[in-house]
Amino acid sequence: MKLPHDIQKDFPSLHAMGMRAYLDSAASSLTPVSVLEAMNDYYQNFRSNVHRGMYKTAGEATERYEAVRGIVAKFLNASAPEEIVFTKGTTEALNLLATSLGRTFGPGDEVVLTEMEHHANLVPWQEAAKRHGFVLKYIPITKAYRLDMDAARALITPKTKAVSIAHASNALGTVNPAKELAALAHAIGALFILDAAQSVPHMKVDVRDLDCDFLAFSGHKTYGPTGVGVLYGKKALLEKMEPAQYGGDMIREVKYEASTWNDAPMKFEAGTPNIAGVIGLGAAISYLETIGMDAVEAHDRDLTAYALEKLPAVPGVKIIGPEAGERIGAISFEVAGAHPHDLATIFDREGVAVRGGHHCAMPLMGKLGVTGTCRASFGIYNGKEDVDALVEAIQAARATLKL
Amino acid sequence: MEENLYMENILDHYKHPHNAGRLEDASLRARELNPSCGDVIELFLSLDACDRVRDVKFDGKGCAVSQASVSMLTDRIKGRPLAEVLALSERDILEMLGIDVGPMRMKCAMLSLRTLKSALNEKH
Repeated sequence: MKLPHDIQKDFPSLHAMGMRAYLDSAASSLTPVSVLEAMNDYYQNFRSNVHRGMYKTAGEATERYEAVRGIVAKFLNASAPEEIVFTKGTTEALNLLATSLGRTFGPGDEVVLTEMEHHANLVPWQEAAKRHGFVLKYIPITKAYRLDMDAARALITPKTKAVSIAHASNALGTVNPAKELAALAHAIGALFILDAAQSVPHMKVDVRDLDCDFLAFSGHKTYGPTGVGVLYGKKALLEKMEPAQYGGDMIREVKYEASTWNDAPMKFEAGTPNIAGVIGLGAAISYLETIGMDAVEAHDRDLTAYALEKLPAVPGVKIIGPEAGERIGAISFEVAGAHPHDLATIFDREGVAVRGGHHCAMPLMGKLGVTGTCRASFGIYNGKEDVDALVEAIQAARATLKL
Repeated sequence: MEENLYMENILDHYKHPHNAGRLEDASLRARELNPSCGDVIELFLSLDACDRVRDVKFDGKGCAVSQASVSMLTDRIKGRPLAEVLALSERDILEMLGIDVGPMRMKCAMLSLRTLKSALNEKH
């Protein structure tokens, strides 16, 4: 399966931004026209709140909003739409888990993360651990930028209450062995949580095949709008969990003395949600399903292989991440003698947009002994010519910096 | 202002920083970092009896802009009276750098000044 050759026409901002190569989709992907149209349709034609009004457009808004639960559930191969909670992004979804599950953990308990976590899957757990007295353990990475699975087997013990890991690392591109870790977690009765912010945009993610208990991803990295994301949770687990935020829409009955909660997933969605965002996310997923996740994955793999061949051929370039194989097209690299911010600035002048910095993974950067890296990351609209543009930009930077 | 961020003198200061190192007997010191990029500067100052900067050193890691900026700043304040050092502003730093820093890199350029102000706060 191949992506449509004229796919770029679906992304008007590619040209409007006036760049030669947009290589920062791991930070935020661009948005196809169909997503903009779906959100516009809401604002222009049925702009109402959900779950309350008795008039026609309120009904339509509710229907369209709720329909996206079904679209997301099918996309992730969840068992039911009720397993989908809308959040404002991966960060909020992981905060919800750390807050709600964290309350049920205490002294003597452990939560296992990895050394390559994004701050979003680290800081919320750190805060919950501080509050409730449990301990965090980190699965180390090997010299090949992959998880040390022997260490993982030793770290996941009967004390472990949850294992929460990045499915794909935003800083290294590594795809972690989720199924194997899920089996290790479940063998001792721990919960298994996947931060799938970087995997969902690049590959078919099947929550039942992976057997994860919870999974989080973001709309804006999945060709959808900003400010919307998803928490998937197994129905039985969501039903048992306490909410993390309180207010309108999440309650069953409120009295001055005390209140009771709505059913999952509603009890996790306090207040008016990002209605246009959810509708836009639904359009983004429908778009991806039309072009096919197999094609998306094959395209990402081809471009990654091409970049892993071309970039190291430039003098001074070192890839900070695993070899081709179980990895996504988020490629971190250093150029000897150049700081990533200086590189990103010079690349910008060459019309090439990359991310330079610590990628919200400061502990990992410390472990690798770098202040940061440059990262080129691919979307479905990128081609080999974008990798070539990056190679030329690196050469230009080396000249400017007199390396 | 020069448009090229990476002029000869910026690269010179970056590759061969002035006053690099640490002052163990520093009377004033501070460490500041840019959370968005992880650049870090640690600044050490010692004052003489007349409140002049007797010596200054820095230990830093970061991009050409942040490191050239602190290297130049140490040259600028060495031997100068404290009152003059206290009066330094963002504008002075930009003039000192002589390049058009632009909004995206302003934080890099100003990390030196922020670290200096933080060190001086210990005294004032």
